[in-house]
Amino acid sequence: MKYLFDSLTANWNLSPWMTTLALVLWVVVITAGVLVFMATFAGFTSWVERRIAGRMQSRIGPNRVGPFGGLQWLADGLKCFLKEDVIPKATDPVLFRLAPYLVFPGGFAAFAALPFGYGIAASNIDIGIFYITAITSLVVIGILMAGWSSNNKWSLIGGVRSAAQIISYEIPGGLAILTVVVLAGTLNMHELVVAQGGWPWHWFIFRNPFTFVAFFIFFASILAEGNRTPFDLPEAESELVAGYLTEYTGMRFLFFLFTEWANVWVISALLTTLFLGGWQIPGITDLGATIAAATSLGKWFWVLLSVAMFFIKTSALVFLVIQIRWTLPRLRVDQLMIMCWKYLVPMGFVTLLGSAIFLVLPREGAWAWFHLSVQGIMTLIGFAIVAGLIGRAWYNIHALKDRISLENWL
Amino acid sequence: MLFEFSMVFMFLALGAAFVLIALGLGALIRPRRMGGVRNETYECGEEPIGQGWYNFNPRFYMLALVFLIFDVELVVTFPVITVMRQWVEQGRGWMALIEVVLFLAILVAGFAFLWNRGDLEWIKKLEGPEEGGSRT
Repeated sequence: MKYLFDSLTANWNLSPWMTTLALVLWVVVITAGVLVFMATFAGFTSWVERRIAGRMQSRIGPNRVGPFGGLQWLADGLKCFLKEDVIPKATDPVLFRLAPYLVFPGGFAAFAALPFGYGIAASNIDIGIFYITAITSLVVIGILMAGWSSNNKWSLIGGVRSAAQIISYEIPGGLAILTVVVLAGTLNMHELVVAQGGWPWHWFIFRNPFTFVAFFIFFASILAEGNRTPFDLPEAESELVAGYLTEYTGMRFLFFLFTEWANVWVISALLTTLFLGGWQIPGITDLGATIAAATSLGKWFWVLLSVAMFFIKTSALVFLVIQIRWTLPRLRVDQLMIMCWKYLVPMGFVTLLGSAIFLVLPREGAWAWFHLSVQGIMTLIGFAIVAGLIGRAWYNIHALKDRISLENWL
Repeated sequence: MLFEFSMVFMFLALGAAFVLIALGLGALIRPRRMGGVRNETYECGEEPIGQGWYNFNPRFYMLALVFLIFDVELVVTFPVITVMRQWVEQGRGWMALIEVVLFLAILVAGFAFLWNRGDLEWIKKLEGPEEGGSRT
């Protein structure tokens, strides 16, 4: 966002000291803006999730506070804010208090490198995706700290399970990221999106069969890293009460859940950026050139359109992630580990290698047709899968017609 | 680049400050009636037997070691994979591919070794003289 600052202050004639001060202020304003977005999104998602869960379990869900219960998250936040902060006497008091300070910034800092639109990223660092994988590991330390310092058997098991799960799934997740990075040749989030295109057959997911598999590896890994169902063993309610959260109350408790809901956005945004074309608009091959050629009002139009594209794709994935949570049963801990180390990691190696081979293959003459047809076939397969799933849901809804109520959907 | 990294730093700082402010403001208004059963460790209403800090299953420790190796490997693989496209554009694609294959082959060999040794098995049989001993 430095370019925006430069264009804003171009005519102000600031002295060097004032420029530094203004820059610091600019950084604080952007960070605070992203924090507000994260807080609103996390709260709003908690409401959406509870409504969907209610529908899926044939009940209503929160509907008292605000229209359709839409302000429930504010009421819950205020309630947690006013709750007593119980710190049991058996805990390690320092580490117990320190844990939220690691978990929350770790989840929040991942937002820094997410590209929300063309040039709309808080920090356009060159190592973007590498930075995100690194900084989200901070959450593991916080969770392990919370689990251990609670001096509670549930917490300890939950914390250690969570740590084992997150670090294990980082390996296939990293390999799936590399599958895409090898095609783009960059770690910068902006350039990763630029390397794709607007139409589905330009996206990395349909680029070759290996990236198609890598998408699902990455989806599973990042769900596991975010402790989402079907991988939410660390806080399996039926066996571990609340896992590493057991001893936490009030605001401290909320910060863990807060990070988790905000993480849903990070999950969806990463999937969108890496595999689903990010903010690319269908029909526009070079958005940068289009924006450079547009008038000042047109510039805003194109940028906002790219932001809208990103939000549409990401929101659809957020919805999918929530649906997965309330559809699939939880895995057992040994199944979880076997799935990671014996299936996803070897598959990750294969996809990385296959994608590298696809990169090395020549692109001239008849090879161009080969690449194009592979992209076309993968796109068709992808759409067939999506259509099959929708058709099945449609069929099931109609088969259960008299036993399912579709009225009062919200 | 300095701007981008100062932004990242601000994200971490403001994230921590937000937790501090929220907890600090809450401390001014929330009730504080500690003591009694409230401060006991929660174990579904039972009085906890012993401490929560007991000897824990070493398989998690093995897993952490395996992870450490693979994570270092991943860190080293990132730059290699990132520059591969530049090599392809310079017309040295196949050479780069052979190098990447060699690089990955060493890692996969280590992975196969771990698999063969049984370090990836979650359910392990107890071996040795301590048959029927405690297995926490």
